Amino acid sequence: MSRSGAHRVEKGGQLDRARKVSFTFNGRALVGHVGDTLASALLANGISVVSRSFKYHRPRGIFSAGVEEPNALLRVEIDGLAVPLVRATLQPLVEGMVVTSENCFPSVDFDLGRIFDRVHGLLPAGFYNKTFKWPNWHTYEDAVRRMAGLGTLPTGDDKTSFFRHHLRCDVLVVGAGIAGLAAALEASRAGAQVALIEQDGELGGRALHERVQVEGRTAKSWIDAAVSELARAPRVRILKRTLVAGYYDHNVLTALDLSDKEHPDGSVQRFWIIRAREVVLATGAIEQPLVFAHNDRPGIMLAGAMRTYLNRYGVAAGRRAVIATNNDDAYRTAFDLHDAGIEVAAVVDARTNAARNIEEGIQQRGIKVLRSSMVVDTRGSTTLKAVAVDELANDGRSLGANRVWIPCDALAVSSGWNPTVHLYSQAGGKVRYDSSLACILPDNCRQRVRIVGAANAEFAVSSAIASGTHAGREAAAESRPVPRDAGREHRSETNGIRAVRRAPQASAARQWVDLLHDVTTSDIELAVRENFVAVEHLKRYTTNGMAVDQGKTSNLNALAVLSDLTGRGIETLGTTTYRPQFMPVTFGAIAGGATGDLYVPPRHMPAHRWHVRHGAQLDDYGGWKRPACYLRGAETREAAINREVQAVRTALGLFEGSPLGKIEVRGPDAARFLHRIYMNNVTSLQPGKVRYGLMLNENGIVIDDGVFACLSPEHYLVSTTGANAERIAGWLEEWHQCEWPDLDLVLMPVTTQWAVLTLAGAAARTLLQQLPGDIDFSAAAFPHMNYREGQLAGRRARVQRVSFTGELSYEISVPANEAEAFWDELMQRGAQLGIAPIGLEAWLVLRLEKGFLHVGSDTDGTTNPLDLGFGAMVQKKAGDFVGRRSLLRTADQETSRRQFVGLEPVEAGASLVAGAHVISTSPKRSQGFVTSAAFSPTLGRSIGLGLLERGHARIDEIVTVFDEGRTLQARVVKPAFFDPAGERMNG
Amino acid sequence: MLQISCPYCGVRDEEEFRFGGESHVTRPALDVDDRVWADYLFNRINPKGIAYERWLHSYGCGRWFNVARDTVTHEILAVYLMGAAKPQLSEVTPAREAQPKRVRTSEGSLS
Ligand SMILES: [Zn+2]
Repeated sequence: MSRSGAHRVEKGGQLDRARKVSFTFNGRALVGHVGDTLASALLANGISVVSRSFKYHRPRGIFSAGVEEPNALLRVEIDGLAVPLVRATLQPLVEGMVVTSENCFPSVDFDLGRIFDRVHGLLPAGFYNKTFKWPNWHTYEDAVRRMAGLGTLPTGDDKTSFFRHHLRCDVLVVGAGIAGLAAALEASRAGAQVALIEQDGELGGRALHERVQVEGRTAKSWIDAAVSELARAPRVRILKRTLVAGYYDHNVLTALDLSDKEHPDGSVQRFWIIRAREVVLATGAIEQPLVFAHNDRPGIMLAGAMRTYLNRYGVAAGRRAVIATNNDDAYRTAFDLHDAGIEVAAVVDARTNAARNIEEGIQQRGIKVLRSSMVVDTRGSTTLKAVAVDELANDGRSLGANRVWIPCDALAVSSGWNPTVHLYSQAGGKVRYDSSLACILPDNCRQRVRIVGAANAEFAVSSAIASGTHAGREAAAESRPVPRDAGREHRSETNGIRAVRRAPQASAARQWVDLLHDVTTSDIELAVRENFVAVEHLKRYTTNGMAVDQGKTSNLNALAVLSDLTGRGIETLGTTTYRPQFMPVTFGAIAGGATGDLYVPPRHMPAHRWHVRHGAQLDDYGGWKRPACYLRGAETREAAINREVQAVRTALGLFEGSPLGKIEVRGPDAARFLHRIYMNNVTSLQPGKVRYGLMLNENGIVIDDGVFACLSPEHYLVSTTGANAERIAGWLEEWHQCEWPDLDLVLMPVTTQWAVLTLAGAAARTLLQQLPGDIDFSAAAFPHMNYREGQLAGRRARVQRVSFTGELSYEISVPANEAEAFWDELMQRGAQLGIAPIGLEAWLVLRLEKGFLHVGSDTDGTTNPLDLGFGAMVQKKAGDFVGRRSLLRTADQETSRRQFVGLEPVEAGASLVAGAHVISTSPKRSQGFVTSAAFSPTLGRSIGLGLLERGHARIDEIVTVFDEGRTLQARVVKPAFFDPAGERMNG
Repeated sequence: MLQISCPYCGVRDEEEFRFGGESHVTRPALDVDDRVWADYLFNRINPKGIAYERWLHSYGCGRWFNVARDTVTHEILAVYLMGAAKPQLSEVTPAREAQPKRVRTSEGSLS
């Protein structure tokens, strides 16, 4: 039993014919062999239609045998893991694989979407842009989006394991064809550390499935010898089934490694980030199709692909084949098919004759050749039935009158091979169309990259070996790459191509250029009529080359058609720029392990475990998981927040503020430095004292606030808001290192060394005085805005008497690892004083009741200190500080600016919402907005803060507040709702 | 992704560094007019060719330093310490890609 499928030939190919692989295609059970790709197995089983086209839903068959595949993009499910748009031509056959076609309903053989093909005249290029305009695009968006697109996203969690790896090497060789192997061998022999990356599962490239001799041996024996030498070499790393997709600056390349994809432990994908000193691109070439009427039917395939299926997979693409070509290379297909016993009905050659050795081969086999002819049309629907051939006039632009139909079920097409210069272009390399070689050529590149073999139009085996060897040697020697014209002699060749790519059009029948995006020559004609004649415009207007295959078989033909229509040579048209990725790369592979909590690891405060044990509702605040509130019993969040606010106002609260930024500044010039940073006076601050300060940027905008303490004349402690702790530490370093390196000081962020536990409430002093220690907490010895340090309950403690709540309050810093024990002790000793743990939400309500500023909530990127009412403080400041000059600008001093105010609803029970706008009625416009708002349990009503135009002059004015269609009246007040005299916190 | 040689740590990948904009911008005194101040705040050379810029080795030693980089080829031509003078460099950008260098309009802010 050696055959699986009617199209499998008796022998040949590099399959393991003894081992079968079962899979299903659209519900049909099929069998292939180990060594098959999904595409070869489908062909072997005689499956002609694999998909429906993107726009017209036409039946399509397998077109290629590689990365360029525009038709066979299938949904593949292995072990319950579905991946859409998998290239069947690259996917190894896996036991139990479930394969389905995309873009068809109800089935690929009977697709209702075929209606779009019947009305194709109504769907020209630019159809969407021209049609869905009235009244606007959104009217149609939903329906169009449901019809558009290709493939269906899998649902549920991705079970693939993604890894990211880094690789460094002296010489990276991309592509392990003959040229790449030669380069890797030579570089390795010269002692370089080499990485060789191949997208296929086997090394050898096209030589694996061409009947060629390499240096006087069979290709197989040459490849085996090369591979075994590389495998033994100590400094060579080989990655197979790995696709280099991106080429970036300083020779960084990225690659997707699928070699473990069928790993028994589950699917694995690796993403490589490679830094190479030198790069050799041996990326090969992609055969281009011919353009003629109905050239998209199943059964039409690239000539090289047809012999790949035969020679490597033992599959005959058909029983009776026609080969259409404009060059010598496609004759290999004719000869290989003939020699395998498959009928070759005719070779249709656009030229008058072929190379001598080809002519000899034709003679020997007695193959019929129709010269100076082209295939001009085809018949069939789900399979190919016949092709029409006509003679070509000498100018290549018109046809004779002798159209003949040749019955066949397979048509091989070739208009020559085009170098795969995608990575070279991504690297910044310039590419150009060479009219003598009739292909796109790499020209020069600023990066350390060489391009060899077919990728440099060096198609012959001997040329590929020569160029690979040369590049390997030069790369290992670290010599600088030179532009094409200035370098070694290239042995580029043409395969005798005649650059006629498109059959003259005899009817209105459509000629496809881009199979995947269903772009035809008439779309290009329309674009030209509407003057989209620049290549970048043409591409975007027709969407030619913009599909997931990136135009690998359509870009050059689109240029050729454009050239025909405009009469300009292809070489003058330019090319579009290739960008990463060369092939689609899974987002998950790029992300690697950095997803979920590993993408942004949540930060836990030092007493985190206590909070979790005591009902804390954890929310994310600037990357920290902090208690929003602590629920007691069946309490709601609102109830908990109100209760916590009242606990602070009437008894005692304990709050963890450890994320608070803490930066120590030490040195003889510490005070001078901080004086230039803060808007406030620093040099006048005495040891043991604390002052509130604002930091501005050079544009005069408030970026942070907090207190700073003078510990000793050369030692200061700066506090920042929690969210800005790292940013401000970096900001201070930048000013010190870059602007004032002459100032003698050091900066040390100590945020995470110290936990901050804050006691707030009238009973705070009583509790602290009960603790053993050497700090005098009496009101006289330790007034508001003072700093003390010493021993407290057996711990080192730094205590600042500052208040964010308006109550008597102490911020106590203890070493972070002692936070939980200290917290526990405070809670136990404070129990009889009515102590309660306080979450951040209550904390923010408490500060709102006081009208204290919350930078980032109550300020935005336009707020300066004058807007906040700190003008007098700026006046009192001596000397320059960051941002001061900007405050002198007229615009910064305008009283019409938005200024910081308090807001209270006029009507009892009404509530303000943050984000609501204050509007004027005539003209109707916004004059500012509510920046913070909450229900105050202490005052029993809604209060808010806001930024309002001319706000400082509008105290007591009644304004209209607008929010989502609703308006209410509010009174502008000074931003101090509770205890405006500050008697409680100063007491 | 660039490869940058930190003067304190050696060659590292770009992802360890933070870009800090143009270097050698002199901070004017408080008494300059609005035009000079605005020039300092907002105007940068942004050359096609050699740019002198400052970088921070943020996931490394935490030090700022200067880099001379060709913005066309992304080649790094020099790395030098904060406070050091601009090195004299010739363009490496191929002549056909380079454009005449734009000179900042205000003399006041050139260092
Ligand atoms: Zn460093």
